[in-house]
Amino acid sequence: MKHWFAFLLLVAAPAWADSELPPARWANEQLPDPRQEAQAKALMEELRCLVCQGQSIADSNAEMAGDMRALVRQRIAAGEKPETVRRWLIARYGNWVSYRPPVEPVTWPLWAAPLIFLLAGAWLLRKRMVRRRS
Amino acid sequence: MNRALRFLPLLVLIAFVGAVAWRLSSPADQKIPSKMIGQPVPTFALAPAIPGRQGLSSADFSSGRPRLINVFASWCVPCIAEAPLLTELKHRGLPIDAIAVRDRPEDVAAFIERNGDPFDRIGADPESQVQLALGSSGVPETFVIDGRGVVRYQHMGPIEPGDVAMIVQEWEAAK
Repeated sequence: MKHWFAFLLLVAAPAWADSELPPARWANEQLPDPRQEAQAKALMEELRCLVCQGQSIADSNAEMAGDMRALVRQRIAAGEKPETVRRWLIARYGNWVSYRPPVEPVTWPLWAAPLIFLLAGAWLLRKRMVRRRS
Repeated sequence: MNRALRFLPLLVLIAFVGAVAWRLSSPADQKIPSKMIGQPVPTFALAPAIPGRQGLSSADFSSGRPRLINVFASWCVPCIAEAPLLTELKHRGLPIDAIAVRDRPEDVAAFIERNGDPFDRIGADPESQVQLALGSSGVPETFVIDGRGVVRYQHMGPIEPGDVAMIVQEWEAAK
């Protein structure tokens, strides 16, 4: 029985969840203009892959990430600014899609956190100093 | 120093471990709903996914009648599962168009041959560009578009028998 099961595992075809089309041209090909490619690359590192949700689209091998890279490169090659492309994606997927959080009321604790930690640290340190002197 | 304060780091640690354990045991809902709901369908024009059939363009959604867009692919297994329910929706009078994502004409033809063809038009989206423009994050997904071309509803994942009534209701509401 065990052997039979192992045999079945061996011959079973894995269920592919990917298409059979090759990646989009601009998914893995750099733009000819190095300045535009640098802009596209910087943006791709700050956009979140929709299907492999801990990775940027620059890091992901998912097909959808490849298609998103193609979208970014094509729009930047067409002369769009990186921030315009980012806004276009945010308009479709929400702030979630961008790794760079916007400054707005919901995110203020995030932006204030470093300052709060610094102040808390200073406060702790001050107490220590006072104790040692006495 | 306040004695109670000594246990503060331990409490912080317990809170942290608790939060991590809770999120690991019940992961957050990872669905990314489209922000295009309430917005007009983005402008697009897709070539037919099968030669001889009609392609799909955004102009097809200003007919005055609400329609469904099914975002699917022949390589998508859950799409097979929802196919009979799309046919049922068609029988209930809901007009359905489709976008075939990253697909080949012969594969799309074989898919509808095998799983039924409830679609009026099928557009080919070989680089997922219209899928991205719609704010769709996977296959299958189904959108309700009202008669003025505004996106009204998004169903993420395969349509299950229990979802049919909801989709009919959303389609009625879009009239």
